[in-house]
Amino acid sequence: MAAETVQFYLMGKPHAVPKGLTIQKAMEYAGFRQLRGCGCRGGFCGACGTVYRTAGDYKLKVGLACQTVVEDQMYLALIPFFPAVKANYSIEDLPPTAETIISLYPEVLRCVGCNSCRKVCPQEIEVMRYIAAAQRGDIARVANLSFDCLMCGLCASRCPAEIVQYNVAILARRLYSRHIAKPAVHLAARVEEIERGGCDADLASMMAATDADLKRMYAARVIEPEEL
Amino acid sequence: MGYDAQLLESIRRVEATRSTRMGQQFSRLTADEKTALLKGYHPDYKAGTMRELAVGPNAGDRVPHELADLLEGRSRIDPDFDLSCIDYDVDVLVIGGGGAGTSAAILAHERGAKVLLVTKLRLGDANTMMAQGGIQAADKPNDSPAIHYLDVMGGGGFQNIPELVAALTKDAPAAIKWLEELGAMFDKQPDGTMVSIHGGGTARRRMHSARDYSGAEIMRTLRDEFRNRQIPYREFTSAVELLLDSKGQCAGAVLCDMETEELRVVRAKAVILATGGMGRLHVQQFPCTNHYGATADGLVIGYRAGAKMVFMDAVQYHPTGVAYPEQIVGQLVTEKVRGLGAQLVNAKGECFIFDLETRDTVSSAIIRECLERKNGVQTNTGMHGVWLDSPMIEMIRGDGTIAKALPAMMRQYARFDIDMRRLPILVYPTQHYQNGGLLIAADSETVVPNLYAAGEVSGGVHGRNRLMGNSLLDIIVFGRRAGMAVAERIGNVKQGTLTLDHVRGYQADLMAAGRDSGQKAPMLLPNYLRPETIGRRGNGQG
Repeated sequence: MAAETVQFYLMGKPHAVPKGLTIQKAMEYAGFRQLRGCGCRGGFCGACGTVYRTAGDYKLKVGLACQTVVEDQMYLALIPFFPAVKANYSIEDLPPTAETIISLYPEVLRCVGCNSCRKVCPQEIEVMRYIAAAQRGDIARVANLSFDCLMCGLCASRCPAEIVQYNVAILARRLYSRHIAKPAVHLAARVEEIERGGCDADLASMMAATDADLKRMYAARVIEPEEL
Repeated sequence: MGYDAQLLESIRRVEATRSTRMGQQFSRLTADEKTALLKGYHPDYKAGTMRELAVGPNAGDRVPHELADLLEGRSRIDPDFDLSCIDYDVDVLVIGGGGAGTSAAILAHERGAKVLLVTKLRLGDANTMMAQGGIQAADKPNDSPAIHYLDVMGGGGFQNIPELVAALTKDAPAAIKWLEELGAMFDKQPDGTMVSIHGGGTARRRMHSARDYSGAEIMRTLRDEFRNRQIPYREFTSAVELLLDSKGQCAGAVLCDMETEELRVVRAKAVILATGGMGRLHVQQFPCTNHYGATADGLVIGYRAGAKMVFMDAVQYHPTGVAYPEQIVGQLVTEKVRGLGAQLVNAKGECFIFDLETRDTVSSAIIRECLERKNGVQTNTGMHGVWLDSPMIEMIRGDGTIAKALPAMMRQYARFDIDMRRLPILVYPTQHYQNGGLLIAADSETVVPNLYAAGEVSGGVHGRNRLMGNSLLDIIVFGRRAGMAVAERIGNVKQGTLTLDHVRGYQADLMAAGRDSGQKAPMLLPNYLRPETIGRRGNGQG
């Protein structure tokens, strides 16, 4: 049985492939062995950001090649890399303020509010809104709005103000987590307990246990109930 | 897209039993029941899927054919390759740019070592980036490293190497604290308390998470820190052989630029292999959850250099890989979905296993349910699966839980017009993790002097089956240990003359044993071209 085929254009050149494949698998079906533009193949790494147009539509569309189904008459190019500025900093020394962000990435103030970044984000993140929050120094908001960012770079590729949004976002998430979110007290206490040897005896007795003893203890474990 | 009529019909049966299943749990298996289930249905026990190696430190040990084909393959370089022209002369060469390699590089660099990190794709292109569910650490008052230790041993079939398990569980809280201080955004209560839930096989709720981007959050934080420190690195650069010296110590590597194919020589006082696992070998033709570069390269070059492997006959199949839609078959559905309360349900709407048994057990139960008991669902492309009843999560934990705790999963399905908040999702086991690897000591050193291994490429800590949340932990703990150990020791290393004699000798041993798969190894990248295409390529090669 011949499968239904679609024709897509990779950087202008047509290829016929069976219907239903992702763009990534369609490229492989068409004979391309990938290097750049292929990473996790599961929607997490941002290597395969793709821009495309479809027949009869002026709109520029985006997707991850590994998560987007190829369509008939899709006209596409991968953007596996985009030149970006990245500031160097020591996160522990930075105050979590607007001034910090603006001193490291002054271009955030150039945002013209065009919303191209939001339109081009394959994760549908509210990019422009987090840049506005960054200008105000609302770092918690930047961290939360940007959390699902894959750092694929498509926002930066379209920004008329030449902002590298995803680098601003990771700075904000690290500032938030390091300086605004409260540290875990129980974690620090356990680390301190371990450092002074407070857990050594129990671990040593576990390590000394016979196979039979371990199996008996394992079968007798009391499982902490779910807390709802 | 969404579900077709046949799958929607099956979903009705899942919905019909949901209210009676709520609040009930399938009972846990006894140790004997678990053993019988594994022996009957786990893919590791399937006849004809492995063979004994004839050559090297593990001669006589069984490994999957797909790995054996690489270990019995041919070097990519001539052992007479000229090593006199040294392109990079460093203290520490780190091979691999995932969580383990990046952690190791940061620690070694911080302690004054001259570091070079190479990675065959981009920095951060690694399974670390794809880990969703979380990272374990015994940091709550009702928990302890010893309790964590017992869970790890039980999960691994009580065969794990005790010193490694002790290192893993004892360093775990410090690993989390390090990440917290680097600014990784863990899920927390307003007072700073870590949100933590159960994973399969845990006695305490010690799974820390960053929504369901746990690994991505850790990886992007480490990558940002690594770049801030301006540690030298080269992307799209693989290692095709390790170098030994005339004293039998590891002393560098031959690198290959993945874009220009130029070979370069690195001399190093220590080498840290952090190359990840073998998911992309598709053992027994399973689909896999792994990133593009998970092709066992570190095992291949490490083994040729004399490193010993352990537990390479133990492959982890994640119980819940995507079985539908076809486009993303094999991709991961995080164990956190079960941790939050979704049950596994067969085509009749019945539970058939306690949902948070260890992964080997749950996978075996799903395979039995589908292939033996014929209680699975079959899609229009022939994939088997059982339902993972995700709508239960919000019935238990309230509206909005899935968007908040599982945004990546929700998005993955929404892209194919499936709303996992309303409808269950179809899953089947998928190749996920290499339980074994290169044998290391607690300081991450392999049996080859000055050759270290950290993360999935190493083996022993997880025994025959890793628990959820212990691989993100493994990469941080042993990455850091490797970085610290090498920084401490490089001052005492006296290097001899660089050599590839071990490669020459290994190839001769293979010849003598009559083993030659004809494959070039390491594989570097999988080949997903169609056989028809490969046959038609101008050079006749794939």
